[in-house]
Formats: sequence, C-alpha cells, structure tokens
Amino acid sequence: MEKPLLSVRNLTIDIPVGGGTLHAVRGIDFDLNRGETLCIVGESGSGKSLTSLALMGLLGKNIDRSADRMEFDGTELTTASPRTMRALRGDRMSMIFQEPMTSLNPAYTIGDQLIEALRLHKSVSREAARARATELLEKVGITAAASRLSQYPHQLSGGLRQRVMIAMALMCEPELIIADEPTTALDVTIQAQILRLLHDLGQEMNMAMILITHDLGVVARVADKVAVMYAGELVETGSAVDVFNSPSHPYTRGLLRCIPLPGKTARGSTLGTIPGIVPSLVGDIEGCAFRTRCPHAVAACHQDIPLQGRPEHAFRCVHEDGKRHDEEVIA
Amino acid sequence: MSDTSTTDSLLQEITGPTPGQMLRKRVFGHQGLLFGGIVLAILLFIAIFAPLLAPHDPYAQSLMTRMQPPVFLGGDWEHPLGTDHLGRDYLSRLIYGARVSLMIGAVAALISGVIGTAMGVAAGYFGGRVDMVVTFLINVRLAMPVVLVALAVVAILGGSLQVVIVVLGLLLWDRFAVVMRASTLQVRGREYVAAARAIGASTPRVILSEIMPNIANNLIVVVTLEMAHAILLEAALSFLGLGVQPPTPSWGLMVSEGKNMMLFEPWMVLIPGAVLFLLVLAINLMGDGLRDVTAPENRS
Amino acid sequence: MLTFILKRLGLAVLVAFTVSFISFTLLFLAGDPAAALAGETASGEDIEAISKLYGFDRPMLIQYGDWLFSALRGDFGESYYFRLPVASLIFERLGVTMTLGVCGISFALLTAVPLGVAAAIRPNSIIDRVALFLSVAGQAMPSFWFGLILIVLFAIKLGWLPPSGASSPAHFIMPTIVLGYYAMPAIMRLTRAGMLDVLSSDYIRTARAKGAPEGRILFRHALRNAIIPVVSLAAVQMGFMLGGSIVVESIFALHGAGYLAWESIARNDLPTVQALILVFSMFYIVFTFLADVLNAWLDPRMRSS
Repeated sequence: MEKPLLSVRNLTIDIPVGGGTLHAVRGIDFDLNRGETLCIVGESGSGKSLTSLALMGLLGKNIDRSADRMEFDGTELTTASPRTMRALRGDRMSMIFQEPMTSLNPAYTIGDQLIEALRLHKSVSREAARARATELLEKVGITAAASRLSQYPHQLSGGLRQRVMIAMALMCEPELIIADEPTTALDVTIQAQILRLLHDLGQEMNMAMILITHDLGVVARVADKVAVMYAGELVETGSAVDVFNSPSHPYTRGLLRCIPLPGKTARGSTLGTIPGIVPSLVGDIEGCAFRTRCPHAVAACHQDIPLQGRPEHAFRCVHEDGKRHDEEVIA
Repeated sequence: MSDTSTTDSLLQEITGPTPGQMLRKRVFGHQGLLFGGIVLAILLFIAIFAPLLAPHDPYAQSLMTRMQPPVFLGGDWEHPLGTDHLGRDYLSRLIYGARVSLMIGAVAALISGVIGTAMGVAAGYFGGRVDMVVTFLINVRLAMPVVLVALAVVAILGGSLQVVIVVLGLLLWDRFAVVMRASTLQVRGREYVAAARAIGASTPRVILSEIMPNIANNLIVVVTLEMAHAILLEAALSFLGLGVQPPTPSWGLMVSEGKNMMLFEPWMVLIPGAVLFLLVLAINLMGDGLRDVTAPENRS
Repeated sequence: MLTFILKRLGLAVLVAFTVSFISFTLLFLAGDPAAALAGETASGEDIEAISKLYGFDRPMLIQYGDWLFSALRGDFGESYYFRLPVASLIFERLGVTMTLGVCGISFALLTAVPLGVAAAIRPNSIIDRVALFLSVAGQAMPSFWFGLILIVLFAIKLGWLPPSGASSPAHFIMPTIVLGYYAMPAIMRLTRAGMLDVLSSDYIRTARAKGAPEGRILFRHALRNAIIPVVSLAAVQMGFMLGGSIVVESIFALHGAGYLAWESIARNDLPTVQALILVFSMFYIVFTFLADVLNAWLDPRMRSS
C-alpha cells in the first residue's frame, strides 16, 4: 500500500469567543492518497471550511490549531515554518474558494495574477509564464484565452472568474488541490460544468483533491472517498460507494433521506428532514453532538462514543449498526 | 405599588437593559468622550462664570505693572500668570478669552449648521435639479480659499467679534451640506419614509419626523467638527491681525501679541495656544466619541 | 473615460467662473477703489477723476466682464501698492508657495501612509494607539502656535534651524512640517481604514493561498487597492495647503504668494487680492480635477466603464 499523500490525525481547532472557547473542530482523522478525491460533507458550521484552512495554514492568528499529525508527503505541517508553508502553498498544495466574485485582486489583470502564481515558486521567464497561463485558461474552458490575460476581474462573470481561480491553482501543477464549496456561489447550470472540469483535471494531472461541500449530489458525482462532518467531528468516513449504499451513522442516513432519488422516491411522498438545530460548540461537550436530533439516541450517548465499523468504512456511534434496538433504554 | 417595582425589575431581567441604560453605559465607557466632555464642561463653566472667576478686569491697563512674570517664574500671586505688555492681568484675559472662543465656535457652527443642513437635506430629499444646484454650490465653496476670503471680507468690513462670527458662519457650511446630503440620501430610501408618505404625510412632516431623527447623530458630529474648525480659524485670523481686534481678549490675538516677546517670555505664546489646543482637542474627542457611541451599528 | 474627463473639465471651468464672479463681487463691495487708489489725502474731485479714468463708475457686471477678459489673457491689472502688474507679482512669488506645498504634502504622505499601514497591520497595538493619538492631537493643534513653538525650540533654544527666510533648503524644514502636519491625520486615518478593509478581503486570502510573502501582500496587493482614495484626499489637501500657506509664510517670513495675500489684504490692494483668490481657487480646481482623473485611472473598474 502506498503511503498516503496527506495524513491527518486528531486535528483540533479552537476559537476564543466572548463566552469561552468555541470547539469548532474536535479531533478529526483522515487520509488521502495521490490522485484520490475526498469529499468532506456537512452543513454550515460543521467545521469543514476551517479544516481546509487549517491544512493550508491560513487560519487567523487568534485561532488555535493542533493535531497529533498533519503530514503532507513527508512534511509535518503543524511544525512547518512560515517559510516552508509559503513554499508549499500555491506550489504543491493549492486552494480555491467559494466566492469567485471577490477572490481576485481588482487592480491587476488576470494575466498578472496567473503569472504571479507561477513565478512565486518557479523561476521562469514572463513569456514562459504567459504561455502556461494561456494554456491553462484554455484547459479550464475559457475561449480566446490569450486576450483574456489582459482583462480585469470585473470584466468577467462569476463562472469565468471561478475558472480563472482554478487555472491559477493549477499553475504550478500541485499534488493536492483543496476546493471549498467552489460551485455554491454559481448558477446551477454552471455548477455541473465546473465540477466536471475539476474532476477531469484531477484525473488528468493525477491530483489529489479535497472537495468541501454541503451538496450530496456533488459528492455522488466526483467522490472516491467521503467524510461526513457534523458539529466539528467526522461522524462517518468511507468510500463513496460504501457510504452511499450502506450509510451507517444516523446523520448520514438522515442526509440521504433528504434528497429525492429518481426511481426510488415515491411521488407525493414527503422528503426527509432532520429536526432540531446544531448544538452550541462553546465550552465542553460531552458525548455525541447529534444526540439531541437523533431518533436512535440512548442513555449511553452522553458518554464517549466509540468508533464502529472497519477502517475503510468507519462511523462514530454507540450502536454497532447505527440503529437502536427495542431492548435499550431511550435517552 | 411595590408590586409594580418588582415586576419592573423582573421584566428587566427577562428583556435585558433598556436602550437608555445601554447608551449610558457606552457613554461612560468611552474614554475619549468622557475626557472631552469633562474638559469642555470645565471650559464652558469658566466662560460662563468669567466675571466671578477672573481676578481682574481683562481690559484694565496699567503701565506700572507691565510684563510681570507669572508666579512660577518669580512673580507674585497678584497676577498669577503675569501681565502683558500693557499691564493687563494675563489670567483674566485668558479666562475671558474662553468666552470669545466658545461663543464664536457655537454661533458660527449654528449659522453654518442651519445653512448647510437646509441645503444638504433639500438636495438629498428632493434630488434632481435641487441636488445639482446644491452640489455645484458646494463645489464652488470648496474651491474658494477660505482663509483668504475670510481675511479679505473681515478686512473690508472691519474686524470685530460679530463680523468674524457671521463671516465664518457663512463660509463653513460645506461639510454640513455634504454630510447631511449623504445621510438624507441614505435614509430617504428606507421603508419608514415610504410608509410615512404612503399615509399621506406632508413633505415637511416627513423630513422632520422621519428623516431628521435618523441623521441627527451625523449632524451632532459635524457640529462638533465645525465648532472646532471655527475656533481655529478665528484664532488664525486674529493672530494675523485681521480677526477680532484688540483690546478684546481672543486667545489667537494673545498669541500674536506675545509673538514679539517670544524670546524672553515664551509663556505668553505657549499658554494661550495650549488652552486653544485643549479646547479643540476636547471638542474633537467629544465629536469622535459621539460618533462612536451613536453609530447605528451600536443601536440594539 | 473620455466623457468622464470632459464632463469633469466642464464642471471645473464653470466652478472657476463662479468663484471669480463671487470674489469680484465681494471686493466690489469693498468700498471705493478709487478712494483707495487716490490715497488718504485726495479730495473728492480727485477721487471722481480717478473713478472716471479707471472706469470704476461703470455697472458692476461690465467691470467684471472687463476684468475677466483681461484675466483670461493673463492681465490681472496693476497693484495699487506696488504699481506693478499683478500677474508678475504673483508669478514671482508662486515658486516659493508651490515648493512649500509640494514639500508639505510629501511630508504628510511620507509620515501618514506608513503610520496608517503600521496601525492597520496591528490594530489596537501600541503603534495603533500612538498613531490615533497623533492624529487627534494633530487635528487640534493651531498651526500658528505649532509654528511658533518649533521656532522657539529649534531656532532659538537649540539653534539647529534658521527661523525665517527662504535662502536655503534648511529654511524650508520647519515651514514644511507646519504646513504638512495638518493633512496628516486625515491621510493616516484613511490609509488605516482602507488597509483594514482591504486586508480582510478575499483576494488577500487568495494571495496568501498562492504562497506570496507578507511584504508582497502588504504592498503589491493590499496597499495598491487601499491607496486609491488616499490619492484623492492628498490632492484635495494639497489644494487646501495654498490657503494654509498664508499663516505659515507670514510666521516664517517666506515671501510667497500667501505672504503677498496677507500683505495685500492689509493694504487694501484689491486687484492683487482678487487675482490671488482666483489663482488659489484655480489651483484647487486643477488639483481636484487631477485627483479625480488619477482616481479613475488607478481603479480599473472605473477606467473601462
């Protein structure tokens, strides 16, 4: 078995707030192999964006990040110097963000910004950089690429800007690309195109990808592996096939019930919902954060929750199969 | 009767502090505002009660007691801050000078405030040609070198307290107009204005009861700024000899009078300038503080 | 962009005309220019004769038109005091004032911008508090008092700098500081606010994600955007400095246009005063016009619309 490109153990993110500490991410583990696509799924506030920022070292100064291990191809990211991180960022690990409209500097041309992405890490001539920029713009499906280089961000639509962001992330041929909800701010019709693009490029350039999203449909299309995140924890991880076909954690099952499946969901039936709200993560949290909304909650859910299943498809639950059986006491 | 007081405090616990209480808390928590307010209050007190506080008549000349040093440089307590080149008690002139500065600041700001606010609100509310005209007038006014024009006009009409106040009042309305216009534009599009008009409120009523209260906090801030501006301008004009004329005790004039003796008696230049600085600082701090405290974001 | 420039230009010209008209009117009410010309010992007949000779008895609008057309050709009349063409008087002295103005705004920018950037990088730190304190104190300080203090301190007590005159660069040091410090607070606050705003924007996060070093991010990415409104402000302040030059030039005995203005007002030298008001406002108009153009050019979003 090849060693994973990225290996994370017990990543924790704490944010000091007015009333105490917000435990935004509470000890998550995952691995990512070369060329693999991992989708981190979860609702707003689950901590998925913070996780991606933590990997890139882009968290604010007042945010507390710690991990037993956060290894990227042999380099330990938690102890890496700022200089090392700067060398990695944009070169071997890239990121694209959710808001294409505001993610590009309005004062410089597209070309300037693309070229900068390359020349920050590699010593190439401006002409060579221009050529590569043109090549990548074409690759991401932008027509008249050469003339686009001298355009300014405000002259492009949201979908085009996001393509430019993708091109910019690819300038140095990174081994890992992290995409934080890259299509959420775009039109539905464009979403599919961008996702297809990301997927194809990933395959073609053998890039590992972490795709963060709240949209299960997206996950189904592109994921090799899935990690379901809830309230700062990974409640279920596994291959996409396994998680979709046999969802084990009650939250995952709840999520899947919310989506209409062609052929399976009966007409006129009610789509599932998960009642309740995400609990506050300020201060100490005991047991399972999902228990207040879980139809299978029992008394034991107040204690530490064990990891069930096998390493390739694991989930956190007191129940071995993620379901409560009648002999047990209701919490 | 005791029941209502207990229900009041119970209610308070449930609903939280009243807006008044929150405002008071913010006001007293804001250092700049407190400092500025206290200093301003002190100076106001000094100005109002000048006749009671000043040890001598600020106009009383005495050739015998010219150029006495202040108490801390060898003088006596008869004239705690010494005397000027005409034998007048320095401390008394300083105290009466507060009247001059404060009066000029207040009245000039009032005049320019009325002019500028009227223009600005009209431009913001009615838009169209009114706005075009007002904006043009503002540009014209901004292009004019204020110091130069003020000097020229005062020179023509003769320097006196009243002339200076009126001239400054007629020149310093630009920021009022700009800020009030911007605020009115912002507020004009809000729903409560549309609602008021929908129920048939007349234009003056809409302006007075819907728009003015919501731009009042900006108005207060500009008032403090322009008060400070007027005070500094009068001081500069008087310093140049073309503002308030002697023997009126203006702090700017006192600096000018002390200029010739600066080498040997620097305090004659330092002290009136220092109190000017203190007054303007206090007003600016209050203005900044008021802006922080009454900013719409701070309202619950 | 071209239409924008033309519109602004048209507006500027209109403003200039209006200012000239207002200043002419103001001084027209000044009392009798013929009496001023004739001097104090002139008789009523002398005054009348002068009046007819110079055309002071014509209606105001005609006098204004006359003056305006001459002014457009560069002829501002003759100074009552010097008996020399006003235009040449002003022209001789303009160099000093312009030098002072440029130095003043440069001083303000060179101190205020770095201070504003430093304050924005570490908000609520010591340097931020110092910067804010300086800005509040600077706005409250009367310029003439500041000038006198500097003279007492550096020229008299310490003897480092010359107290007055304009014969060497050292002579310009204190006047520059006194003229420039008043513009510092506004520039510093605007830079600080702009930088704070820009530093929290998404494209800065993108630059970090690309692996750009902090220095590059600060200057090439952040400041480049935050400085745009500051440029406008600086140009406006530059326009104001001409007015401020009156006080500074009189304290430091610099014989520039501001000093001339003060003297001419004191001497009721109307033609000179009228011309100076027009010249000063023209400079302001030109500077703000340039500021608008520069503003539009610096912001690509405005350039191509």
